[in-house]
Amino acid sequence: MNKTVAKTTRTIKVDYLARVEGEGALFVKLRGDRVEDVKLKIFEPPRLFEAFLRGRHFMEAPDITARICGICPIAYQMSAVHAIERALGVTVPPAIRALRRLFYCGEWIESHALHVFLLHAPDFLGYEDAIQMARQHRQIVEQGLRLKKIGNHLVSVMGGREIHPISACVGGFYRAPTRQELEAIKPDLEWALDASLATMRWTATLEYPDFEQDYEFVSLRHPEEYPLNEGRLVSNRGLDIEASEFEDHFLEQHVKHSNALQCVLRERGSYMVGPLARVNLNFDLLPEVARQAAAECGFEVPCRNPFRSIQARVLEIIFACWEALRIIREYEPPAQPRVEVEPRDAKGCAATEAPRGVLYHRYSIAGDGRILSARIVPPTSQNQRRIEDDLRALVPSLIAEPEDRLTWRCEQAVRNYDPCISCATHFLRLHLERE
Amino acid sequence: MLIIGCGHPDCGDDAAGLLVARRLRELGLRAVEASGEATALMSCWEGETDVIVVDATSSGAPPGTVQVWDAGQAPFVRERFRCSTHGLGVAEAIELSRALGSLPPRLRIYGIEGRQFAPGGSPSPEVLEAVEQVVQRIREEVQCMKQD
Repeated sequence: MNKTVAKTTRTIKVDYLARVEGEGALFVKLRGDRVEDVKLKIFEPPRLFEAFLRGRHFMEAPDITARICGICPIAYQMSAVHAIERALGVTVPPAIRALRRLFYCGEWIESHALHVFLLHAPDFLGYEDAIQMARQHRQIVEQGLRLKKIGNHLVSVMGGREIHPISACVGGFYRAPTRQELEAIKPDLEWALDASLATMRWTATLEYPDFEQDYEFVSLRHPEEYPLNEGRLVSNRGLDIEASEFEDHFLEQHVKHSNALQCVLRERGSYMVGPLARVNLNFDLLPEVARQAAAECGFEVPCRNPFRSIQARVLEIIFACWEALRIIREYEPPAQPRVEVEPRDAKGCAATEAPRGVLYHRYSIAGDGRILSARIVPPTSQNQRRIEDDLRALVPSLIAEPEDRLTWRCEQAVRNYDPCISCATHFLRLHLERE
Repeated sequence: MLIIGCGHPDCGDDAAGLLVARRLRELGLRAVEASGEATALMSCWEGETDVIVVDATSSGAPPGTVQVWDAGQAPFVRERFRCSTHGLGVAEAIELSRALGSLPPRLRIYGIEGRQFAPGGSPSPEVLEAVEQVVQRIREEVQCMKQD
């Protein structure tokens, strides 16, 4: 260790983290080669959605909660409809269940494509942003933009519009797509599947920092399918619970430096949700085409290197394209797009897999259909503590690095999680202090 | 010609671009509304030859000031505009399109300087006046093009 460095305090400060959704900052304080403090500061104001929901009719919940995020509105709609349906004892027919998976595939494609190509790829190729990268890597950026557009288009066909779609409701959909509408998207999805396989091969050419952590990965797990809407909450350390037991095992904590509550496992602290967690816990449920692509590209599970989350995201784009094509091939429009739902005095909760990880919703409903209380735990609030722990472990290995390189590597470590600060405020600037 | 009005309907003066697009559509012109997110904007102007983007600005000029830039002339300064989701907004859409060689041959940006952008706020009187001024300028321009 450089003695000059060892004697001083260094502060790394990123006032506004770039290429993340929402506004946040990062503060890292070093004394010599010891990390004294790491704070992921989320200063975007609290959103208060849980309070907005009180007193509203349960049918409004999917459309109100969708407004929490412009990138993953479907995740909010899906967790809301499943939680309310559980409260009201509603079961939907298989065709509606399949349509919900198809809807979610569209969101995963557009959200993952945005992060992989426009937000995360510049880190690996050494560019400040996607614009600088586009000048030298035009084909990659064009491929990413087309993939995102196909995801957006699928969402638009299913939900009436790309952002904040309006078709999903408790009981099903206000309108189900026709077979012809879905058939028309097939050529684009076939191109997207090939393009995502090519993207996976491209990720094998990237350099990954040698950094691993002993994570507790948490995701849904379904006996027969890669998780989107349904499954038990499981981890690689023995957690195996129903969504209804979420609050017995997970605790949301307020920390002074963040407007977003930090969610931890009551017994064990920080954990990881999102693509890397899902792929690690559900690799056997990925379609053969995705597993083969992983093997060809040297991606193996367990994978404990968070920088490889870009590969997990690409595997999930492959999955989403494959799954969307499967659902469209087998699609028989439902006789009715939704089942009728009767209000009753009840409580229900559900977790679904948003692009960034587990999204938990709980509702208490009165006999007349009014929402009495609501609880929403988004993925970024669950990953916050884990991001701080990653930085605490990563920074000592970077101590001899010049300030700009150290700062950039810290930012990249945050972007591994594709944090959605707007969702979590329910976040980013970096501040590094060396002493 | 395609006119794209950008902004947020419920964030005070951020609605300026949307209001211009709505008025122009009522007058029978080809105008669409967009959030200002970069990839959506790029999709909007794909294949178009003559595009006007209208958005609110936050440059420090007096509220209601109208500024016009030609995207073909110089790199676009992102600080003029308020950031969009993921920090990819109008300026990024223009520069990404330029890097990819997909910038429409003619692309102009009308900026209307806003005073306040707080959620839930209504547009300022100065901005509403500027909206009408921009509507008339674009309308006259389209009429001149038709006469040519």
